[in-house]
Amino acid sequence: MYVAVKGGEKAIANAHQYLAAERRGDTALPELTVSQIKEQMRLAVDRVMTEGSLYDPELAALALKQARGDSIEAIFLLRAYRTTLPRFYTSAPINTSVMQITRRISAAFKDMPGGQMLGPTFDYTHRLLDFSLADENTKNNVTPPTCNEDVPATCDETPRILDFLQNDELVEGVGSAESHQVGDITREPLELPAGRDIRLQKLTRADEGFVLAMGYSTQRGFKNSGGHPFAGEIRTGDVSIEVTPEELGFPVTIGSITVTESEIVSIYDGSEETPPQFSRGYGITFGSGERKAISMALVDRALRCRELQEDIIAPAQDEEFVLMHSDNIEATGFVEHLKLPHHVDFQSELDILRRLRSNWAKCKAKREEIERNTQKEQKIRQSGTPEIKGAA
Amino acid sequence: MNHTINTTQKTANATPLETGYNFAFLDEQTKRMVRRATLKAVAIPGYQVPFASREMPMPYGWGTGGIQLTASIIGQQDTLKVTDQGADDTTNAVSIRSFFQRTTGVATTEETNKATLIQTRHRIPEQPLTEDHILVYQVPIPEPLRWMEPRETETRKMHAHEEYGVMHVKLYEDIAHHGHIATSFDYPVQIAGRYIMSPSPIPKFDNPKMDNCPALQIFGAGREQRIYAIPPYTNVHSLDFEDHPFSVQTWDEVCGLCGAEDSYLDEIILDNEGNRMFVCSDSNYCQQRLKAGHAGAMTAPQGQPAATRTESNEENNA
Repeated sequence: MYVAVKGGEKAIANAHQYLAAERRGDTALPELTVSQIKEQMRLAVDRVMTEGSLYDPELAALALKQARGDSIEAIFLLRAYRTTLPRFYTSAPINTSVMQITRRISAAFKDMPGGQMLGPTFDYTHRLLDFSLADENTKNNVTPPTCNEDVPATCDETPRILDFLQNDELVEGVGSAESHQVGDITREPLELPAGRDIRLQKLTRADEGFVLAMGYSTQRGFKNSGGHPFAGEIRTGDVSIEVTPEELGFPVTIGSITVTESEIVSIYDGSEETPPQFSRGYGITFGSGERKAISMALVDRALRCRELQEDIIAPAQDEEFVLMHSDNIEATGFVEHLKLPHHVDFQSELDILRRLRSNWAKCKAKREEIERNTQKEQKIRQSGTPEIKGAA
Repeated sequence: MNHTINTTQKTANATPLETGYNFAFLDEQTKRMVRRATLKAVAIPGYQVPFASREMPMPYGWGTGGIQLTASIIGQQDTLKVTDQGADDTTNAVSIRSFFQRTTGVATTEETNKATLIQTRHRIPEQPLTEDHILVYQVPIPEPLRWMEPRETETRKMHAHEEYGVMHVKLYEDIAHHGHIATSFDYPVQIAGRYIMSPSPIPKFDNPKMDNCPALQIFGAGREQRIYAIPPYTNVHSLDFEDHPFSVQTWDEVCGLCGAEDSYLDEIILDNEGNRMFVCSDSNYCQQRLKAGHAGAMTAPQGQPAATRTESNEENNA
């Protein structure tokens, strides 16, 4: 019986072996390769990279394979890997204006300079199961469509639609770039109240489901002010990463990454100093994490309430609530740690509960005795004075 | 007991060192950062020092704060003991011990008196600690005021201004409602007359062991990014009132295995009829007593039933 509460090294080793076998599944089927996951489960890979805070599609795919497809477990694997990686440089801020765009839309304007570009989106698919995909013999050798239209050669800047409005001061400015002053949540403890740089970092690696729900709540009225949010611009594409090695003194491109950026605007009523204008919310993710990027922009906007002098009345505006509960690795760890043995604390609680119950029983007995005595007294009084009853 | 140690050390030697990682997993920069925070914590007893907690290969809630502390201060010459709920052979203790075996190769032990570094979750060993020990606690919620005030921004101010009224009100209300303070573990303490501190979820039975303890006690909360400490020989006062002095749990039973009357006991349900026994929560303490010839009701002359033996013991006997 004593053994029931103990777990030996053997038990752990066996559990690991069992897990490995379950991960592999039916050995009659060929094993899934990391490159298959990377190529064909790309959105899962993107999510793992974003929330794992490490842009490495191969490692993210490996993590997904090892985690049996569980996103949070894969994110955890990637975070635990990145945590001890040395930091050589801080890159220059990526310039998403010169992105090699694969998708770019604005919901605020019908057309815009540079054009709307749907890209590989689920948006207008009908969600009907495609049974042809289940047929392993079908060759799904689809090639991406080619562009017949006259599109200006991908090159320089693709203008940002909100910049046009900013020229008329209808949209607030984006502030100045202060790359050297940006905080780093992976190197410094979170301090509250947090600056916007810190908030955006927390939101980028925050759990997609949590950010989605928080963003959604602002749309359903759980926010203070601001009008209907509009997707000013959403763009996906490749941007290059530049670092400036000290010995060279000029920037060098070390590679490129795919990102999705979302800018949301909504009407801000203004304050004594600021005239009414569109205020901004910003979201960015690795890969094609569009749902997360839009949600993040909504939450970013809601969290700017202090800066914009809005009353804080809703959960999505509550910086401490949002930032402290958004990280799924922190959350899953603490929630799941309930699986660990707690018998020492439980023993303490049993002890307290037994005392509380015995006190309760004593009090109850006392109450009942008092009640009985009162009833007895009443009966005596009633039987002793029958004429009163008659008189009434 | 010696043969257990030999077995453990044999395992340590047999465990291949993890390649590709620094000694004790963390890189030296990170260790230095953790040590700086720890020094600050020692300098301000009971104060929660924020530190840039790292992701570890174990989940938050599994002791990442304690693991980072251990990783930052462990050296080749250390002998490590890892205990969880008082036992060295519970799953998580086994897992953390094997992590440090794989990343440091240091000697490990289950014996409190042989260890230099003890990482613990939810207990303080029964055997008194000495100046040669460092006790590392794993902490889930470092903030003792959290259940009265959920906001970190508020509780930090309360600590700064030594505004501890809510805590005393809470304890008073317990007495008013229940006739006694209804907190049995994670019982709040005041360190060196200044900061109110969470002792981590140890049973209040263990609180007196913290007071004036010769060993350095450090506390790590990974998810909450906090480190705090009790330097050796520091006054640790469990909060109470003059007319309701602090008291610890007591049992009518003694340990069923070793007959100890002075240790924290776990209650174990033995069968479907709900029969139960009590055993020492501190497995090392219990084994030491058994070695010394003490016996409880369950270890009577006919010997201990096989089912009550732990797996590791069985292996050792084989």
